[in-house]
Amino acid sequence: MPRVLRFRSRWASAAAGLSVLASALVGCGGGGSGGAVALNWYNFPDDSGALQQAADRCGQLSDGRYTIRYNKLPRGADGQRQQLVRRMAAHDADVDILGLDVTWPAEFAEAGWIREWTGAMRERATADTLDAAVRTATWRGRLYAVPYNSNTQLLWYRDDLVPTPPATWAEMLAEAQRLAAEGKPHLVEIQGAQYEGLTVWFNTLVTSAGGSILTPDAQAPSLGAPAVTAAGVMRDLAASVAADPSLPNQMEDQNRLAMESGTAAFELNYPFVYPSMKANQPALFPHFRWAPYPAVSADRPATVTIGGIDLAVGAYSRHPDLAAEATLCLRDRDNQLTNALKGGLPPSLRSLYGTPELTASYPFAADVLAALDSASVRPQTPAYQNVSIAIAHTLSPPAGIRPERDVADLRGQIQDALGSKGLIP
Amino acid sequence: MTPSTKPAPVPVPVGPSRGARQERRLGLLLCAPAVIVMLAVTAYPIGYALYLSLQRYDLRFPDQAHWVGLANYGAVLTSPFWWQALGVTVLVTAVSVAIELVLGLALALVMHRAVFGRGTVRTAVLVPYGIVTVVAAYSWQYAWTPGTGYLAALLPEGSAPLTEQWPAVGLIILAEVWKTTPFMALLLLAGLALVPEETVRAAMVDGASFGQRLRLVILPLMKPAILVALLFRTLDAFRIFDNIYVLTGGSNGTGSVSILGYDNLFTALNLGIGSAISVLIFVCVALIALVFVKLFGAATPGAEPERR
Repeated sequence: MPRVLRFRSRWASAAAGLSVLASALVGCGGGGSGGAVALNWYNFPDDSGALQQAADRCGQLSDGRYTIRYNKLPRGADGQRQQLVRRMAAHDADVDILGLDVTWPAEFAEAGWIREWTGAMRERATADTLDAAVRTATWRGRLYAVPYNSNTQLLWYRDDLVPTPPATWAEMLAEAQRLAAEGKPHLVEIQGAQYEGLTVWFNTLVTSAGGSILTPDAQAPSLGAPAVTAAGVMRDLAASVAADPSLPNQMEDQNRLAMESGTAAFELNYPFVYPSMKANQPALFPHFRWAPYPAVSADRPATVTIGGIDLAVGAYSRHPDLAAEATLCLRDRDNQLTNALKGGLPPSLRSLYGTPELTASYPFAADVLAALDSASVRPQTPAYQNVSIAIAHTLSPPAGIRPERDVADLRGQIQDALGSKGLIP
Repeated sequence: MTPSTKPAPVPVPVGPSRGARQERRLGLLLCAPAVIVMLAVTAYPIGYALYLSLQRYDLRFPDQAHWVGLANYGAVLTSPFWWQALGVTVLVTAVSVAIELVLGLALALVMHRAVFGRGTVRTAVLVPYGIVTVVAAYSWQYAWTPGTGYLAALLPEGSAPLTEQWPAVGLIILAEVWKTTPFMALLLLAGLALVPEETVRAAMVDGASFGQRLRLVILPLMKPAILVALLFRTLDAFRIFDNIYVLTGGSNGTGSVSILGYDNLFTALNLGIGSAISVLIFVCVALIALVFVKLFGAATPGAEPERR
C-alpha cells in the first residue's frame, strides 16, 4: 500500500552523516566521488545526451552528497514497463528514481511501488508545473510523481496547399476532398495502427466531443454518445479519400515520413516532426505550418491527449530523501530547457514556454502551451494497459469501425479490463 | 571395476550382498545431485505454475491473491483469443514442419551423396542453423519492412506484408523453415546412414527406379529417424515464440499460444491466467509427444533402438 515519504526539509542537517552511512550500506557506490551516494535513475533511452548531462550536472550540484547513474531502459514503452514492473515486484532496492510514462503512475501507485510526495516537497514538485501534467502524476487525489517532460499533438499542414488551416475534422475532410479533386497532395496523416497511438487518437476525440472513456472514479466505462461521435469521426476519415492507404499500419514515424515525402497535406503529430522536416526537406519546410488540433464540433475546441514522462521515487529505495532531492534537480528549469532544446521534448514548466531560448527553436511554443493547458488525460486506472489494448483492438482497422456497435462492444471489454478479468489479446 | 564385482564367497547370502547394496547406495548418491538439480529447475517451476494457475493472482497486488479453482482454465478455454492463437500455432507448426521434412530430406540426400566438397556442402547447409534466431528474425523483419528492406522493395508500392495477417503468417513460416530445415536435414542424414548400401544396390539391380528405391527401401528403413526428427521439430514449432515476437510482436492475429501466454504474464501481469495458458501449452506438447510415441511408435530418446 502507498508509502508516505517523510521528506526532510531541504538541506537537511543530517545530510552529511546520512550520506556517509548510506555509502557504507551500499558499498558498491561505483563512479561516486568520495562518500557520495550513487542513485540509480531508470529512464527511457535518450540519444541526444540531454539526460546524461542532467544526471551529471545534478551530481555536481549536490556538493558530493549523491551522484546519479542514468540507466537506460529498453526502447519500446512495453519493454520499459516490463523491466520496471519486474524490478519493483521483486522489491529492488537499487531503483531510486523511475521515469514513468504518463499512463503508469496510477498502476505503480496502486501497487505501492512509488512513494507519495507530501508537504513541502509536493509544493516544490508542483510549482510552476502544467496542470494537466500534474494530473497525470496524481492518483486518488495524491501526488505520486513529478512531471518531467510533457508532449502533445498539433495539426501540421502545408500552407501552399491549404491557405487557412481547418478548425474542425469536417472542414479538414472537405479540404482534403477539394485537394484530391484538384489532383494535389491531400492525405491526412494520423496514427491508425493497432497500438497505443490509436487509443490516444480515440481519447482525444472522445474528450473533444465532451465525453470521457472512464467515469470520474475510474470504476466503469463512460463512453456514451461522445464515444459514438468519436468513433464516427475515425471511420469517416478512414473511409474518405483523405485516408492514407497504409493508415491501419501507421505510427508517428510513418506519418512523419509520409508528410516529408510530399504526399500529404495534413499531419496530426508531436512537435518532433518540425526539426525533422527542417533537416530532411528544406524545400517543403517553408510551407510547413502548424495550427491547433481540429475540433470535433465547431463550438468546442479540441482537448488533445497529453503525453510525457513523470519521475517517481521507488518505494524500496535506500535513500528516498536524497532520491527526491535528485528528482527535483533532474527536472529543474535548466535541465528541462536542455532536454527541450537537445532532446526535443516540450517542458512541463509553464514559465519556460515564454523564454526566448525556447521560442527561438520552438516557434510553436505558444500553441503547444495552449494545447497543454486544455489537454485531456488518458484513462487513469491501474488497468490502463488492458483498457488501451481493448480500445486499440476494437477500433482496428479504422475503416472497419461501426460506431454504435463497436462502442457497445468496447463497454463490455473495458468493464472486463478494469476488473482484470479474462485474457488480453 | 569395484571390489564388489569379485566372485562371491561359497555360502550364498540371502538377498543382495553387502557389496551390491553398497554399490546401489553409491549409485543413488551419484545420481542425487542430478536429481536434485532436475527437481529444482524442472519439477519446481512446473509445480509452481500449476499452483499459480489455480489462483487469481495479479503481480501488482500479491496481497489480494486467492484461490479460484479452475476458473482461469475456464476463462482461457472460453476466450476467442486462445482459440485464435491455437489456430495460428497449429497452422504454423503443420505447414512449417511439412515443408521442412521435404526440404530437409532433399538436403540430406544431397549431403549424403555429395562426392566432392562434402564438408563445404554440409557447412553451407548448416549456416542458417548457426545464426541466432533473434538475429535472423531481425534480418527478416528489416528485409520485409518498407523503407528499410530489400525484399519489401520488390513488392508493389505501399505493401507492408508484416502488418497483414496472412502475409505475416506466411513470412513467419518462411523464417521458421529457413532457420530449422538444416536441423531436420542433419537428423535425416543420421537416418540415411542407417540404410545399408547393399540393400539399395540390390534394389537397383532389381531394376527399381530412384522413386521406388526412395519410397520402398530408403524411407521405410529411415522411419525411426524420420519420426524422431518430426517429433523434435513439432514440439519445437508448437512452442514458437522468438520469430513471431521479433517479426510481428503477435499483432494483427499472428500471435502463437506462447505469445499469448507471454502477453498475459508480462503485459497484463496476470500470473493466474498466464500460468493457466502455460500449463495448457505444456498439456498440448505432452499430447503431441504421446501421439508420436504411442500412435506412430517413435522411439523416445534414451529408449532401446527399434530392432528390425
